[in-house]
Amino acid sequence: MADISIQKVTKSYGRTQVVHGVDLEISHGEFIVILGPSGCGKSTLLRMIAGLEAINSGKIAIAGRVVNELEPRDRGCAMVFQNYALYPHMTVGENIGYSLKVAGCPKAERARRVADVANIVGLGEFLDRKPGQLSGGQRQRVAMARAMIKEPQIFLFDEPLSNLDAKLRVQMRIEIRRLHQRLGGTSVFVTHDQVEAMTLADRLVVMNAGRIEQVGTPREIYHHPASLFVADFIGSPPMNALRAHVLRPGLAKLQSGAEIHFDPTLDATPGSEVTLGIRPEEVEVVAPGSEGALIVSLEFIEELGSGHLAHGLLEDAHFVVAFAAGTAPRKCETLEVSFPSTSIHLFNAETGLRILPKLDSYPR
Amino acid sequence: MVERTPFLNILTHLILGAGLVLLLLPLWIVFVASTHDFRTVNTVPMPLWPGSHMVENYVFTWQQSQFGPKMLNSLIMAIGVTLGKIIIASLSAYSIVYFRYRLRMVLFWLIFITLMLPLEVRIVPTYAVAANALRPFQEIINVTRISDLADLLFGIRIVLPEWQLLNSYTGLILPLIATATGTFLYRQFFLTVPEELLEAAKMDGSGPLRFFWDILLPLSKANMAALGTIMFVYSWNQYLWPLLVVTDPSYGTAVMQLQRIVPGPLFGEPPRWHIAMAGTLMVMLPPLLVVVFMQRWFVRGLISQDK
Repeated sequence: MADISIQKVTKSYGRTQVVHGVDLEISHGEFIVILGPSGCGKSTLLRMIAGLEAINSGKIAIAGRVVNELEPRDRGCAMVFQNYALYPHMTVGENIGYSLKVAGCPKAERARRVADVANIVGLGEFLDRKPGQLSGGQRQRVAMARAMIKEPQIFLFDEPLSNLDAKLRVQMRIEIRRLHQRLGGTSVFVTHDQVEAMTLADRLVVMNAGRIEQVGTPREIYHHPASLFVADFIGSPPMNALRAHVLRPGLAKLQSGAEIHFDPTLDATPGSEVTLGIRPEEVEVVAPGSEGALIVSLEFIEELGSGHLAHGLLEDAHFVVAFAAGTAPRKCETLEVSFPSTSIHLFNAETGLRILPKLDSYPR
Repeated sequence: MVERTPFLNILTHLILGAGLVLLLLPLWIVFVASTHDFRTVNTVPMPLWPGSHMVENYVFTWQQSQFGPKMLNSLIMAIGVTLGKIIIASLSAYSIVYFRYRLRMVLFWLIFITLMLPLEVRIVPTYAVAANALRPFQEIINVTRISDLADLLFGIRIVLPEWQLLNSYTGLILPLIATATGTFLYRQFFLTVPEELLEAAKMDGSGPLRFFWDILLPLSKANMAALGTIMFVYSWNQYLWPLLVVTDPSYGTAVMQLQRIVPGPLFGEPPRWHIAMAGTLMVMLPPLLVVVFMQRWFVRGLISQDK
């Protein structure tokens, strides 16, 4: 079991800095998912843990030992690559057993361990095939078996599922989670797919432009996004965002003049500009003509099978309302909605940071 | 767009056929000449159909020209040069592609520029080095006055022993080994190997040499076959260098020997073309066989770098 401690780590390529001082503590046995749009530095961070990229400043420690200067092989990590990176000239068995061969493990023991690991991932019959003769999912399994055979303390996954088709991706996702529980190592998984991230993670790390935006359980991140970026990035469809002006604690005004009530304990300065966020599934549809209702002019309705998404405009901003199956309006040009005050998230309009409850009224 | 009409089809085939005849006709004449006796081969015009003296001519040529030991020498030289070139080319390309150090690109271009310097251009200095392999170092010592310094400090003069490579297999092989073509070919191949393989090997704990041996070399098999084939033919056909470096007939190569059986008015010899042509065909055979056997690999190595 190993924990990873990342302190003030930075990385730049030439003049462009891609990771700006990241701090992260990962405790042993955790499944951590690093999520972010492409180019946010998430893969770089993972590769710095693995030792494939040098660290410009800061420090990474694994199990209490600073590994900044250690070679990848001495860090006790195993990695699964996005393109699998299987050795094309070796059979599946040789691929899986290569690290043992390098380590000088005797042939008989190697064969036994390769067979064991191959059986775990369901590749027992394919040991003599070449990677070129396998399907994408099978190659992915080989890559995982290759990572598992060293019995590493830490598994690193660099977008391992992005080359698989949707159905296989779901299946492999479940298998990865199952393997994590069975093997009991620490896993760090990088992805840009939020569904993957939400379903796999014990804790989720959301990154943007080389910085960590938020760390938390998937539930925390979904329900209490720390910034507008996180709110927008997590959740499908993303959270609706509207510009508003705070009149007094608990009351804001939209551009059209419509008044919105929010949780009065939130520390919103009267007179300031804020961004008001609400999840599409938390928008309440009210009967036409209700008092204080907002009017969404609908553009089109998306069919999801399990529900519907109504897209429209509210105050000239794109606005989405989610409906359960069979409850969507058939064809209407406007929709009247209201926002429950507890579902409203407020973000500072300039910094994009979440507006938290005032300290004295903080529930905890 | 490619047009397909019967007329064009026939025309293309005719052109191709004419080219084939043009290519094969000289070879056919060589073959025909090697099957006639002395009188027939010197009649004008020479017959264009094989005669009946083939076996007798070939046996005579083989015995007269000592092709047995000469071919063995040629084989040793060709295999030595080929292996040497593959080893040097793969290692230097590995260093250029996979390691980051100062002057890396300068070194690559230095190697690349030597493509424009064939053996014939550098043959005099190369011969000087072959006559005494340590001479460049001696020169450096002399020019930099290290020897004088040593004399001053320790009272000894540094004089390197002479190490000559003339009349040896080393002398035949070593100066031909450096290869820009091979280095370039290998470099291009290494550049197509996905970087993730290197990273996977690093994660698997494999060091640089291990990665080279276990992963890069097996992947470059087709490349190696292509380079090997070209280089085998190239070194088998070497004429000038062996001629210079070898004076002892026991190190002579088959191509050198060929020159001796070609008749010349200079020596007042009768024009025994039937023997000369038989010898030519025999000397041509080994590289031809290598090309035929390696063809499949050879083409693959030159054309498709991926998969």
